Amino acid sequence: MSKLLEIKNLSVGFDTSSGMFMAVQGIDLSVEAREVLAIVGESGSGKSVAMLAVMGLLPKSATVTADSMTFDGHDMLTMTSKRRREIIGRDVAMIFQEPMASLNPCFTVGFQLEEVLRVHMKLDKKARRARAIELFKQVGIPTPEERLNSYPHQMSGGQCQRVMIAIAIACNPKLLIADEPTTALDVTIQKQILDLLVRLQAEHGMGLIMITHDMGVVAETADRVIVQYKGTKMEEADVLTLFEAPKSPYTRALLSALPENATGDRLSTVADFMKNEAANAGAVS
Amino acid sequence: MSDIVLEGRNIVREYHVGGGLFGKAKTVQAVKGVNFTVEKGKTLAIVGESGCGKSTLGRILTLIDPQTSGELLIDGKPINIAKDKVTTEMRRKVQIIFQNPYGSLNPRQKIGEVLGEPLLLNTNKTAAERRELAMQMLVKVGLGPEHYNRYPHMFSGGQRQRIAIARALMLSPSLLVLDEPVSALDLSVQAQVLNLLADLQDEFNLTYVFISHDLSVVRYIADDVMVMYYGEVVEYGTRDEVFSNPQHSYTKTLFAATPKSDVESIRARIAKKKAAA
Repeated sequence: MSKLLEIKNLSVGFDTSSGMFMAVQGIDLSVEAREVLAIVGESGSGKSVAMLAVMGLLPKSATVTADSMTFDGHDMLTMTSKRRREIIGRDVAMIFQEPMASLNPCFTVGFQLEEVLRVHMKLDKKARRARAIELFKQVGIPTPEERLNSYPHQMSGGQCQRVMIAIAIACNPKLLIADEPTTALDVTIQKQILDLLVRLQAEHGMGLIMITHDMGVVAETADRVIVQYKGTKMEEADVLTLFEAPKSPYTRALLSALPENATGDRLSTVADFMKNEAANAGAVS
Repeated sequence: MSDIVLEGRNIVREYHVGGGLFGKAKTVQAVKGVNFTVEKGKTLAIVGESGCGKSTLGRILTLIDPQTSGELLIDGKPINIAKDKVTTEMRRKVQIIFQNPYGSLNPRQKIGEVLGEPLLLNTNKTAAERRELAMQMLVKVGLGPEHYNRYPHMFSGGQRQRIAIARALMLSPSLLVLDEPVSALDLSVQAQVLNLLADLQDEFNLTYVFISHDLSVVRYIADDVMVMYYGEVVEYGTRDEVFSNPQHSYTKTLFAATPKSDVESIRARIAKKKAAA
């Protein structure tokens, strides 16, 4: 299979008053077409930053370096920002954690969806409306003709996330990046959104990158998993191997922190793992 | 010993909405006649999706909102804040911890003041005594006296939730209402906070009402489980009863929606996907 996105030795640093802070340190990453890749880590592990670097959404204080970063044959490193904007939003789309915060409260959801179609697909007004209705049907929003005229505050969190997904898949992207798409949602809604993403991924033959800290979400969706900790890759494996026989001690610590895996009275925490690591390192040296 | 700390009898809460220039006023029943009892040192978990009335119930228990009808008994004493004034003594018995540790702490207040304020309002302790108690509490929740003079923005999410727990414990309450205390936290931090709650429950013989929508957390921490759906209790029993033999269709839906991370489920999912491709 062909590699859709391939990144070699990606590092992202932020210029802070106390010197350079390295959020991502030399990560290799690749996604094939029709593949679901999950990137797992705690907050601060650099999992979102790596993807924002691909999208070119990082602030100016960030320095991105990589040996290579190619998407579908295009070199993303040397690309002009004009060219990048043509690809971002059309061939690569992203969904964020807070559906309420990612939509503009001043415009109807229909306007925001049609804006994408206007900019990237150059469709006329009538075709835009027809495509918008079709997209709302695909993501399971009832009575799309009426809902297109709603403002974000008139919809629930789950509905807003469906709108975000509709906007993301509007131009049939080759790669969809979902950054914690269900963290703000209830379990029953989470299930619906995950099912929707996986169904759309299969139907459209997209590559899908799921960024999450929830091992349950990983287990339900991923083909392959990258575990990240403090900006470095701890482990990469297919999903079954990861849950069956995790190699890295950090992955084991993460899995044992799941409440359903609790043995005995207290949960084991990643802090315990860090302590053990430090003790082992001390014993060796 | 079955010491009942909290009892609710047929608690109803109604909200009146609308009734402006246009349209008639409507009455929404957020909680529709709920009965429950919690024994000392136990944990009751209230489970349900957003909008099911679980947080409304939590606010009634914490004496923030009055119930429209029904009886609420804390330590055997009936209380209705619509009629009676809440005494400082009652306030000391019940405390609440909210979901979002970023929103529940005042960014302009130092941690020392955050912890001292409940004592300032509800007791006659001197400033020196308040300071001493706040220092001790910081140690109990896994922070240190050096954090006394810091501001909330200097702490991580997990640490802030520890501060919120410390503040709730300052008045040595017998009942603690936890409204989604770990949903905003990462997996590993969630484990730390859950462990802390379990330690504190053992140490002070605390009674918890734990509001959550995460069944895996509930299964870990609860003694009794109450499932709410549109303001009604659809399932109520011990943890083992509810988890091993759910009766109501909504409870079953909830179980089905919870992500499964055991190896067999993953294998089944992959096999299904291969078959479809």
